[in-house]
Amino acid sequence: MATRSDIPLRVIHSSPEAILKAKKRVRLSFRQIRTENIFNKTLLIMGLVMIVLVLGILITLIVQSLPSIKALGLKYLWGRTWNPVEDVYGAWPFLLGTLLTSFLALIISVPFSIAVAVFLGEYHVNGWIPNFLKNAVELIAAVPSVIYGFWGLAVLVPMVRTLEGHLGVSPLGVGIFSSSLILAIMIIPYAASLGRSMITLVPSHLKEAAYGLGATRWEVIRSVILPYTKSGLFAGILLSLGRALGETMAVTMVIGNSSAIPKSIFAPGNTMASVIANEFTEADKPVYLSALIELGLVLFLVTVVINMIGKRVIDRFTND
Amino acid sequence: MLNIKYSLFTGAFLALFSAGLVSCGGGGSTSGSDSTASANSDDNTLIGAGSSFDNPLFSKQFSEYNKANGLKVNYQSVGSGAGIAQLTAKTVDFGASDAPMNGKQDSAVSGPVVHIPITAGAVAIAYNLPDVKDTLQFTPAVLADIFLGKITKWNDPKIAAVNKGVKLPATGIVVAHRSDGSGTTNIFTTYLAKVSEDWNKTVGKGSSINWPVGLGGKGSEGVGGLVKQTPGAVGYIELAYAVQNNMPYARIQNKAGNYISPSIPAVSAAANIQIPADTKVSLTNTDAADGYPISGFSWVLLYKEQKYGDRSADRAAKLVKLISWMIHDGQQYSSALTYAPLSAAAVSAGDAVLKTVTYDGKPILQ
Amino acid sequence: MQAKSVKYRLGKSYGFQLLTYLLAFAIVVPLLAILFYIVRAGITRINWHFLVNIPKPVGESGGGIANAILGSIIIIAVASIIAIPIGIMAGIYLSENGKSRLAYWVRLSTDILQGVPSIVIGIIAYFWLVKPLRGFSALSGSVALAIMMLPIIVRSTEETLKLLPDTLKEAALALGMPFHRVIFKVIVPVGFSGILSGIMLSIARITGETAPLLFTAFGNPYLSVNIAKPMQSLPLLIFNYATSPYTDWLNLAWGASLILLFWVLFLNILTKLLTRKWKVQL
Repeated sequence: MATRSDIPLRVIHSSPEAILKAKKRVRLSFRQIRTENIFNKTLLIMGLVMIVLVLGILITLIVQSLPSIKALGLKYLWGRTWNPVEDVYGAWPFLLGTLLTSFLALIISVPFSIAVAVFLGEYHVNGWIPNFLKNAVELIAAVPSVIYGFWGLAVLVPMVRTLEGHLGVSPLGVGIFSSSLILAIMIIPYAASLGRSMITLVPSHLKEAAYGLGATRWEVIRSVILPYTKSGLFAGILLSLGRALGETMAVTMVIGNSSAIPKSIFAPGNTMASVIANEFTEADKPVYLSALIELGLVLFLVTVVINMIGKRVIDRFTND
Repeated sequence: MLNIKYSLFTGAFLALFSAGLVSCGGGGSTSGSDSTASANSDDNTLIGAGSSFDNPLFSKQFSEYNKANGLKVNYQSVGSGAGIAQLTAKTVDFGASDAPMNGKQDSAVSGPVVHIPITAGAVAIAYNLPDVKDTLQFTPAVLADIFLGKITKWNDPKIAAVNKGVKLPATGIVVAHRSDGSGTTNIFTTYLAKVSEDWNKTVGKGSSINWPVGLGGKGSEGVGGLVKQTPGAVGYIELAYAVQNNMPYARIQNKAGNYISPSIPAVSAAANIQIPADTKVSLTNTDAADGYPISGFSWVLLYKEQKYGDRSADRAAKLVKLISWMIHDGQQYSSALTYAPLSAAAVSAGDAVLKTVTYDGKPILQ
Repeated sequence: MQAKSVKYRLGKSYGFQLLTYLLAFAIVVPLLAILFYIVRAGITRINWHFLVNIPKPVGESGGGIANAILGSIIIIAVASIIAIPIGIMAGIYLSENGKSRLAYWVRLSTDILQGVPSIVIGIIAYFWLVKPLRGFSALSGSVALAIMMLPIIVRSTEETLKLLPDTLKEAALALGMPFHRVIFKVIVPVGFSGILSGIMLSIARITGETAPLLFTAFGNPYLSVNIAKPMQSLPLLIFNYATSPYTDWLNLAWGASLILLFWVLFLNILTKLLTRKWKVQL
């Protein structure tokens, strides 16, 4: 029985060489434990990096917005005039522009997204047709935003211009309507793919029971699938909305860049993201820059909240 | 293992760490001092930003200077406002602006900034009317009314009155203006404020104003793009952009009553005036009988004392040499691009200012 | 209440089916329109000259986009070097300590980070890097892009590793392997294609990003490999040239758009080939 406290292992042979060997083994295993500790700590730190990043972003945004929050107060958010030269700042034109483009885009895209979701989730779940459609949807999500903007300028804007000519509205081409159209195309994949996975989660016994009672396909969809996946579809729509709110490049190229409050959906406007992109590098006064950052802060908070609600709904749905 | 105390501690630590990270970054903005390794370390590239008005000329000049000298100049056409802002933040070596720095901008910089006139150009009123073959002309009043949104159709009687014999279409007028802080806007609106009481009262002048109507484009490039692609559009852009893109531009009635087309002689006539010592002068609404009324200088801006951050004497010398070349030999490229070469008075004024640029108190140019 | 006839109900059902088919396949129309237009407009511009030259001065024709291509490659490479190690390790952490309180916050932060608009990340990178270092640089752009890559890499690593059977890890541990050896020599190699596809997806995502580079990388008309200085990139070039009136610039922008599109599509197809094995929900 070993009595020396620095040799925790039971020493089988008590010759000096054997004791040395045992000590070496112990030291090695101590070293191993230390390496393990370092490794685990490194993993932990890398995980913490994510938290630090998010906190850092939030704190930076708040700190840099403080000058404008102090100088302008909450009135800034519904101020109607944006005139940096006169030091008059009001965010309402951009809030309105963001809301208009995002919700219009959502209204346009939701029928298509739901159609894709139902098609892939219910009508054709496997086969080459759904594969083709699935790839198409993913491709839509993959195309970079600046290319959407460029194509929009070259193709969509002239079409909208002709439409505006027929409608008797000033034929600008660019404006809230054009950017809503481009946004609508861009956000289709988000609600579509989430909706599809929600629809495939519907337990088949529910559907079979409905069919057994003599329901048609449409009635099964309407009375069983859609109510069941209501919250999932809603979450998908929220995700699309979150994406639309933060979209910058395609919108900036097609929205007409006017800081006045848009008078109709064919008028030019600006969103929070596009005004930051346009005016950030030239904000030469602290309050000006800070007012723009405050817009960034609002954008950050709103998209975070929407994404969180969406994710929460999905989690609750998939865990029920 | 994670009990409440541990998670609270971790949370507090994270918050402090993030705040520290953030304040280290943010501290560089408030203090004029210069923290860690500056990106202005020595190498063969100078960085400039600002006026899109100058961009066609600069682009050619820097390309030629690079061929002769090997020095590279990375100039980004982001608008005069951004040029001044970035110079103030010391992220660029020099800025370029067609609007001289005003009082507020002067107080925001950490040291005096000198203005060196680098060229004179015309703000052309370009329009997109493919069916109209004659060149249109405008009086100041008509021009102001168009940009105020009071005249909305091309065949408005007011426009027809000054364009006798021209068949004007019934197209709607689409105004294009700058969405970014622009010296070109400053020149144009200074002119409009001088000639239209209405404009002066309702809109005023400046690099970035509250436009009553119209679409915004970024840079003269953006406005040019809008005008070129939108039938019925009218916008104000530097002359070079209109010429390089074969866009028609209007004749404007000047103070003497003559309808002048923007051109090199017309701009030179307008620029033929007394230049003050700080070279900040406006050329709009010129008295010259054959001068183009919407002309303006454009300036290169740099700090008078070049030793800031870790700028080396070598870098400062390269910058001053570059600017000196631009106002002397560089002027040979102006005419081809329809910029007016600087008058002798402007060049000597610029030289005088350049001689006051110092490094560590010692003038750089001998 | 009179029951509706079967014919009517069936008719409604088929009608709805038709509507769904129409709407679903309608989305292919704008996609094809975009793809065809870009290919047609861009394919004539791409030649060797286009790929290896830098832009000419404003108004002169000719010139190419070599500086943008090289710049994009460098910025993305640096962003990947920053993001991949951190992302994989954070993903490993989450898959190992899935249930702990701290892991909950890490996962939450990752989700939040994924939803942050790219323009906000550009603002952040400006204040964290451009301001203190007193200058625009490719590095600040890379950091901004790395922040955007992280959530995707973390998520895909975590999901991939979660799909691996626990028995794999337990067997290795039972043999006496130290934990870090287990991770690097057993778990990661087995899950490699899943992790790799997450990395490629994140690269595909940031290749087309412009907003974070607007006030960080700034742009550069010359070829440059210095990451401490401004650099040009494909999306920046497209954005600047697309809104200009110069036909030459518009042509360059079309060619650049085609190259960018191919690059992104290529990465996505690669990712798809890799995930076929994993069926990972990314």
